[in-house]
Amino acid sequence: MSAARAGLRKKRLLSLGALATLLAVAIVLPLGLKNYGVYLLALWAVYCMAALGLNLTLGYAGQISLAQAAFLGIGAYVTALLTKVGVSFWLTWPLGGLVCFVLGLLLGFPALRVQHHYLAFVTLAFNALVFLVLRNEEWLTGGVYGVENIHRPLVLGLSTKAPVPFYYLCLGLLLAVSAALWWLLRSPWGRAFQALRENPLRAASLGVGVRNYTLLAFAIGSGIGGLAGGLYAPLVEYIDHTPFELQTSLALLLIVVVGGAGYFGGPYFGAAVVMLLPEWLRVSQSYYLILYAVLVMVLMAVCPTGLLGMWEQAWRSRALRARSAAEVRAAPDPGGGP
Amino acid sequence: MAQFLQLATSGLATGAIYALAAIGFTLLWQTSQTINFAQGEFVMLPAFLMLAGTRLLGLSIYASFALALVLSALLLGWVFKRVLVDRMLPHGYMPLVIATIGLSLFMKESVKVSFGPEALPFPSALPDGLLHWGSVVVSERDLAVLAISAIVVVALHVFLAHTLTGRAMQAVAQNSEAALVLGIPVARMVLYTFLINALLVTLAALLVTPVYLAKYSNGESLGLVAFIAAIVGGFNRVRGALVGGLLLGVVDNLSGAYFSSAYRQLGPLIVLIVIILFRPQGLLGQAEERTV
Repeated sequence: MSAARAGLRKKRLLSLGALATLLAVAIVLPLGLKNYGVYLLALWAVYCMAALGLNLTLGYAGQISLAQAAFLGIGAYVTALLTKVGVSFWLTWPLGGLVCFVLGLLLGFPALRVQHHYLAFVTLAFNALVFLVLRNEEWLTGGVYGVENIHRPLVLGLSTKAPVPFYYLCLGLLLAVSAALWWLLRSPWGRAFQALRENPLRAASLGVGVRNYTLLAFAIGSGIGGLAGGLYAPLVEYIDHTPFELQTSLALLLIVVVGGAGYFGGPYFGAAVVMLLPEWLRVSQSYYLILYAVLVMVLMAVCPTGLLGMWEQAWRSRALRARSAAEVRAAPDPGGGP
Repeated sequence: MAQFLQLATSGLATGAIYALAAIGFTLLWQTSQTINFAQGEFVMLPAFLMLAGTRLLGLSIYASFALALVLSALLLGWVFKRVLVDRMLPHGYMPLVIATIGLSLFMKESVKVSFGPEALPFPSALPDGLLHWGSVVVSERDLAVLAISAIVVVALHVFLAHTLTGRAMQAVAQNSEAALVLGIPVARMVLYTFLINALLVTLAALLVTPVYLAKYSNGESLGLVAFIAAIVGGFNRVRGALVGGLLLGVVDNLSGAYFSSAYRQLGPLIVLIVIILFRPQGLLGQAEERTV
């Protein structure tokens, strides 16, 4: 038993070490990159945040949402339009999240009332609807002309106009959201989400209101999508409707599943693969998206549980092998020697 | 009134094409729980196969249609099932959903690289004249599309309901384990549905592409509409997909003409939301216990 506990501690230490290393990389990396590289890293942070929200919906509550891009868009437009009229980013950013949280409740309530997989279809329609409104309601969203000159916020009086400071803002807010989500999932109240992921039937038998928790997971996930959007607007400094189409929702779904749905760290790796891999493949010029698509299919064939799922499997089989080896050594020699 | 009738007829013709794609979509879902996010691209690709036939091989449109049927059955039926579906379904539906999203990107980009990003003219296999009935003008093409789709759907229905193979396929759709116990070769029946899907999308490509022109991104909107049609009609009913497709074609056309062209795509979405709220199993579908 103590060996198993030691193994667990070793795994936790290893995870912590990996986390610290990755964080150090995330902090140091932009210093050696050109502007475009820093922009990509900031984009990674934004998509990562949106995917963290979707991971709550998909990985923990087991619901497919195809509207994460719509929430990203709503959050982006809330921040873009309000900062244009002089409201502080530090007000509009949480407001965008709140708006998306409420919309998530309103959208999820009727959809989850019926059968669970209908959320995928309702959210698909919702994404198309939001896309049309963003494109057509020119008085509000600027229509196809979009919103330009979105200002980047001040942090403690310091400007984040330059790429690197803005990236640090994105990274900082990503860490803050991650920490909040981590705390939420560890709290006694949030453990219901994990129960939902492990075994919804048993969770229900233990008195967890599956429907309410599923709805809450979806709404919180949507709200986090809105927060990501609030960062997206000042990052690109000009927004129109095109980034918030259904394809982006599918890309976010891809991020979550490639990283490993239901693994807390999944979106970080998934976003790195989905956002950065196409850029590296650009050397192959017009073929890069084809290569990328093939890699996605191969990845799903080789490790359907995502990157972290594969890692855990490898870890488990290693631990299993070590344990059986120990058992063989401990067992009395059946042959009785020469 | 005359305008309404004209719009309704051309809407029905478009809807019949949606229905072909939607029927294939529901067939795959019923027998193997495959949600094919590349269904739109499955309609786009045969169009380019046919275009390759007419342009590179100098075949007539009919001959290249025949060739495209064979190639689609091979690529979109057999290879798709063997290489992607069989490998991933044991791991649940989610990896397959992602893989078909990857597949749709793969097909789009491959066609874009080999045929270019522009919309290419596509030869029509159907008559192009206009018929006048009093003040109502109907295009011969629309009528031909309706007739061909009707024949194919009726033939499919007869096959599924009145032949031994068809009934075996239905048994697989209803309960594949029980079907296996009864000695039905489940794997082969599932393969048949993939082949039928491949033939249906090729026909849809032949009928729809002369109007939309051949473009690599054609599948995006088509796939979405087929998806919605399948849900509106009822995911577990072939007839449902037919009704859903026709309804969406008409709604699409009428909302474009009478409501607002900017919100044209909204019509089908409103139908979708109303259906999900008030009749979640679809117009003709049966409520089922199975969850995705």
